[in-house]
Amino acid sequence: MTRPIDVGGLSGEKALRLYRGLVRIRRFEDRVYQLFLRGELPGTLHQYQGQEAVAVGTCDALRPDDWITSTHRPHGHALAKGVSMRGAMAELYGKATGCCGGKGGSMHLGDPDAGMVPAIAIVAGGNSVVTGLGLAFKLRSTGQVATCFFGEGATNEGAFHEGLNFAAVQKLPIVFVCENNMYGASTPFHLTSLVTDVADRAAAYGVPAQVVDGMDVVAVRAAVETARARAAAGDGPTLIEAKTYRFAGHSRGDARGYRSRDEEKEWKERDPIDRFGLALTTAGTADEAALAALVAEVTSELDDAVEFARNSPDPDAAEALTDAYATPITIGALR
Amino acid sequence: MTHPAGHAATLEPGGAPSGPERRLTIAEAIREAIAEEMERDDRVFLIGEDVGIPGGFGGAFGVYLGLPERFGRDRIIDTPISEKAIAGAAVGAALMGMRPIPDVQYADFLFECMDELVNQAAKMRYMSGGKLSVPLVMRCPVGTSNRGAQHGQCPESFFTHVPGLKVVCPSDAYHAKGILKSAVRDDDPVLVFEHKLLYGSKGREQAGGLDLTAHVPEEEYLFPIGQAVVKRSGTSVTVVATHLTLYRCLAAAEELSAEGIECEVIDPVSLLPMDTETIFASVDKTSRLLIAHEDTLTGGWGAELAARTAEERLFSLAAPIRRVAAHDVPLPVAPVLEQAVVPSTERIKSEIRSLCEL
Ligand SMILES: Cc1ncc(C[n+]2csc(CCOP(=O)(O)OP(=O)(O)O)c2C)c(N)n1
Ligand SMILES: [Mg+2]
Repeated sequence: MTRPIDVGGLSGEKALRLYRGLVRIRRFEDRVYQLFLRGELPGTLHQYQGQEAVAVGTCDALRPDDWITSTHRPHGHALAKGVSMRGAMAELYGKATGCCGGKGGSMHLGDPDAGMVPAIAIVAGGNSVVTGLGLAFKLRSTGQVATCFFGEGATNEGAFHEGLNFAAVQKLPIVFVCENNMYGASTPFHLTSLVTDVADRAAAYGVPAQVVDGMDVVAVRAAVETARARAAAGDGPTLIEAKTYRFAGHSRGDARGYRSRDEEKEWKERDPIDRFGLALTTAGTADEAALAALVAEVTSELDDAVEFARNSPDPDAAEALTDAYATPITIGALR
Repeated sequence: MTHPAGHAATLEPGGAPSGPERRLTIAEAIREAIAEEMERDDRVFLIGEDVGIPGGFGGAFGVYLGLPERFGRDRIIDTPISEKAIAGAAVGAALMGMRPIPDVQYADFLFECMDELVNQAAKMRYMSGGKLSVPLVMRCPVGTSNRGAQHGQCPESFFTHVPGLKVVCPSDAYHAKGILKSAVRDDDPVLVFEHKLLYGSKGREQAGGLDLTAHVPEEEYLFPIGQAVVKRSGTSVTVVATHLTLYRCLAAAEELSAEGIECEVIDPVSLLPMDTETIFASVDKTSRLLIAHEDTLTGGWGAELAARTAEERLFSLAAPIRRVAAHDVPLPVAPVLEQAVVPSTERIKSEIRSLCEL
């Protein structure tokens, strides 16, 4: 059984901030899916519905100048870390005003101004790169912390192990956040690992680890807050394993034949937004009206983002040839 | 002979094969090839991510659907997301006499197992003084499809630079089936690069509305590694291209025909070893060569072919060799940018036109 979310220590302001964060991602993803089905968005999508509490709880515990790395499923991380909704939406449209100028797309959302490296769509790609972020912060004593988001599937790649071990021996200021949604594409984790909890793997590298309810934004936030403080104090990385579930298919067009509808239903009963909303109204931290008003605000923010993206120009085709190098190189007269 | 495939009769689509028309997509043809080889030889097995999970994807592009039910999940092996383990296990099993078919979902992920491919698979025969073989067949989907910089590269040229590997790029169902079967029987490691947009009917629209199915005869056949196919004959210019770009070249050739330019379009099918004989014979006839690929220009396989042609056929040429390739940048996601990077039919046409004016 799922424990009720403990909202005891939350101020009304902080509670609403977290709730807004969750709703922004859910509404964004639901709208994006509709837009995709209508043929407005190119490429493919890996969606984040169900996992919102992980991104929101994590990023709320970070400083604005902290950095994150992300995965092929980055929409939630981007919004939570502060990439603008306009910039993210326009990027999904492949527009010039997108956060990567139309060069990145859904799988590479990011924005240096928000402290987010363009998402890395190579599974576990961020797990090695994040050590360099941490190393730079440590060498320059900036007090910043780097956070690496990754799925449980990524923990079977060498990069997960090499990154974690290196971060540990160097005592790097890093928080590793594993979103264990039980599947890597169609493959259940238990078919790929005899260890059930990713957290157990951290022991092999002398890294403290904690399993948290990834459908509980307050619990995720508390765990990351502690891990961030530890990292910033020079005591090294922590691994947090958030148990969660993606409500959508792996990518668009996934009929989800590899998992049962009963299992999906069980997890949907633990919806991180419904549960948090209920906890807030039950505790009297916020009332229904306040939550509804907030949803309305998010809806207009979203409408604005879609309008902005639709009305934005396509990138100029000549832009395709810029940005490969700081200073363009030419070899003879390339055609 | 380095491979038994060399003995096999070669059947051309629309040519020798008799019997009723049986049009298959590339995905269907590859599935059939794997099934036939698994049936024929119990050393053959498949290994990769999401290949056999019940209710799953049957590989990233559905190519393996139905195979787990038929051959069992001991021979259709689902792995963790661990390309090093996939490639390493394939190398090791091949050393022990098995015939593995590892799969990496997207060719972009080959970089995760470069060591197993480049340092191990490619070198074991040589390092052992010829005592060992690594007969594996790595399946690697390539090609841009609005998925950005890490899910659309055409990295085949990285591997043509590696002595010990063989590299093939089939572009239609008939040759895909025949060369995959040859690859399984080959005693050396073969990387098979297939274009995502050419797998089935879905790619038609993006491939310019072309019918990508081909006649695949009921009876068994092999298509040898190292043999090119003349797809269209002509006398004005030789055009060598692979994958989606091949179809764009064929479309360009049809349009240019109205202007009196007759292109001879050649599908090399194999990049390493490449059938330069067929290509040079064509160049001797046309005196002009244009090479086109979706891989980036600098250091692409077109550069190697251009160099070989210059070395061997400089005096057959009436004009400089031309290449049309993706521009030297990573792949952008926005459709307008993506189209500006990869070779379009228009770009191919104008290059051919200007080449024929020289
Ligand atoms: C190196 C590499 N191998 C395979 C893939 C294909 N792929 C994309 S997402 C994915 C599953 C990832 O699972 P997990 O890490 O649990 O993240 P989730 O999708 O559940 O968020 C796979 C196999 C990839 N992108 N990169
Ligand atoms: Mg997962």
